[in-house]
Amino acid sequence: MKKKGMDNVIMGMLVFVASESIFFLLLVLAYVNFHKVTGAQAATLLEPVKTGIFSIALFASSFTIWLAEKAHEKQAIAQFKMWLFSTIALGTIFIAGQAEEYYRLIMDKITIDRDLFGTTFFTLTGFHGLHVIIGLLMLTLILGLSLWGRKHEPSEVGLQSVAIYWHFVDAVWVVVFSVVYLWRYVA
Amino acid sequence: MTDSLHHHKVSNWLAEVPEYQGLWSWITSIDHKQIGIMYILSGIFFFVIAVGLGLTMKLQLCVPMNHMLTQSTYNQIFTMHGTTMVFLVGMPLIFGTGVYLTPLMIGARDMAFPRLNAFGFWVFLFGAIFLYFSFLGGGAPSGGWFSYVPLTSKAYSSGTGIDYWALSLFVTGIGSVATGVNLIVTILGLRAPGMTLQRVPLFVWMMLFTAILTVLALPALNAVIVMLEFDRFMSTHFFETASGGSALLYQNYFWFFGHSEVYILILPAFGWVTETIPVFSRKALYGAGFVSASTVAIGFLSFGVWIHHMFTTGLSFAVLYIFSLSSLIIAVPTGIKVWTWIATMWGGTIKLTTSMLYSIAFIIQFTIGGLGGITFAVIPLDWQLTDSYFVVAHLHYVLVGGFLFAFISGVYYWYPKVTGRMLSETLGKIHFWIMVVGFNGTFFVMHFLGLYGMPRRVWTYPHGMPVLASLNMISCIFAFVLAASILIFAFNLVYSFLKGKIAGDNPWEAWTLEWATTSPPHPENFERLPPVHSRRPLWDLTHDVGENGSESGDMKAGEQKA
Repeated sequence: MKKKGMDNVIMGMLVFVASESIFFLLLVLAYVNFHKVTGAQAATLLEPVKTGIFSIALFASSFTIWLAEKAHEKQAIAQFKMWLFSTIALGTIFIAGQAEEYYRLIMDKITIDRDLFGTTFFTLTGFHGLHVIIGLLMLTLILGLSLWGRKHEPSEVGLQSVAIYWHFVDAVWVVVFSVVYLWRYVA
Repeated sequence: MTDSLHHHKVSNWLAEVPEYQGLWSWITSIDHKQIGIMYILSGIFFFVIAVGLGLTMKLQLCVPMNHMLTQSTYNQIFTMHGTTMVFLVGMPLIFGTGVYLTPLMIGARDMAFPRLNAFGFWVFLFGAIFLYFSFLGGGAPSGGWFSYVPLTSKAYSSGTGIDYWALSLFVTGIGSVATGVNLIVTILGLRAPGMTLQRVPLFVWMMLFTAILTVLALPALNAVIVMLEFDRFMSTHFFETASGGSALLYQNYFWFFGHSEVYILILPAFGWVTETIPVFSRKALYGAGFVSASTVAIGFLSFGVWIHHMFTTGLSFAVLYIFSLSSLIIAVPTGIKVWTWIATMWGGTIKLTTSMLYSIAFIIQFTIGGLGGITFAVIPLDWQLTDSYFVVAHLHYVLVGGFLFAFISGVYYWYPKVTGRMLSETLGKIHFWIMVVGFNGTFFVMHFLGLYGMPRRVWTYPHGMPVLASLNMISCIFAFVLAASILIFAFNLVYSFLKGKIAGDNPWEAWTLEWATTSPPHPENFERLPPVHSRRPLWDLTHDVGENGSESGDMKAGEQKA
């Protein structure tokens, strides 16, 4: 019997995302907890404008995946693939930006074991980056299915649940970016 | 016996279900019943190991200045005992009963995500084996089950034991989250027609909240483990006070998880006895709404009490008062449950089966354990008693006298459903009385040990301390009585599996849906489902109450379209 209401896969993804939120919440709180020690370093070492531009790419990808979903609903497959590809491209740009930032910091001897700033910064942003990469893998899987999969693939709920995960990864970055990069402007 | 004659195509006990034959059918299974059984068997397996570790500790403490074990061996043993009991016994037993019973109780074919279910179990099992691999890999962890820093930092625990502890729990934690997600979606998404959330059996309701707590609390453990391992492997500074880190952060995060874990363990125990007590009192549960609501209250409050594990860490008085208050408040919904169980029995036709005896013992012992727990919410008492044997007494009253007794009550109740055969009641009653004596003998005196100042986790104690030697000796002797009772239980489980009386579909004349199918249930679970108009669909079936059901406040006929 087909049930009305929320699809189970979507519900499962939402519950999983709730679980992940707690994980990130605690990493963010760990960063905040040490901010009085690390805040000054964050202010001198990080480049909010540059990271901000890369962040815009990630935020934009939330919009493009929404467009991809809309296109998929309307069976506009060419559009759907285009928006999905854009999402992957934007996510990749973000990760490239993060890689560049890590490279610059590590060349400046700012490493994870250097001090509390390195510890909390790399742990928090690193776990976020890991989640972006996992999201990119899932998006690539969806793209692969749409290119080479069977007729009904990717399924509506498959796409929707990956989109939920992707929005979540974006939302986490809103918090992380605000706390890590923008805090200095509050004080 | 006569019941069994009605069963035709489906065989009468587990070993003969054709789909379940051969090891391969178990290893590759995505059937919730097989996975549930494997969860429970692994839980029992690790339970036996952890009881062995516990007995070793008791032997060491039997007499003062005993040199049977070295200090460091003793540390490893109590760490493995605690870690095993919480993560490798408690968790698989609740998830095992959860994934076995939930689909049957809500009239579903299987869990929402059967493959995820198998994933959860196997990840758990590999994580569990990994923990024990530490013995071969250079020594077991020895930081206690909560592995406080700085003791567990690289500087003070340079071996690999802590890493085994951390990575094992990280892995089993992933499995727990997976199963938690699965249970939530199953309960919310797969209920049979007519089974509104107000009509699910209370065990399912409590499993729902256990799963919610699991999903929200386990990430805290995973986060703290990540930070601990980063500190150990990559020389980060989260918990390293010398470079500005905070050891208290570890305690906060750990107990944010840890205290919810307490309720993750005890809510299913409440669930088990909430199913058995009404059936063996031949009465509908008294105040079912209160039981559900108090479960919700416990679920919320359990995230707001963790500081009471840290009252001696030098917190401000405001923090102490707030968490003292919240820890006292959480006793209220728990008390409501005790009240409803007693009120259910009141005036009922009580059948003193082994299962019921265990439920009754649960109520009494859990109440004692709960009162011990309230002690720690009272700050001056906490300051006096923290890290003493009083804590050990309290947690064993809650987890053995509470959780384990409730579990065994559930085993005697559902074993016929799972295997198709009854457990021997004669052996069961012998088991029960020896276990009650053994349990209380072992752990009650620990309250006094704590009051007389014996700290927990010490490998020995000097001669000539008042009462310590005699009380430890008593505890030691009764520990072996307790262990003997568990042997009887194990024998009963095996013996009845082979020789037990054939159970039939519904040997207890119970009224929840799992009893509407054969014993053991057909791999497809149900041939057809009875209509669900109330909390007690099978009662409605035999008592012909029609559309209005038997619990008037509970249902409005026709409101729920089938």
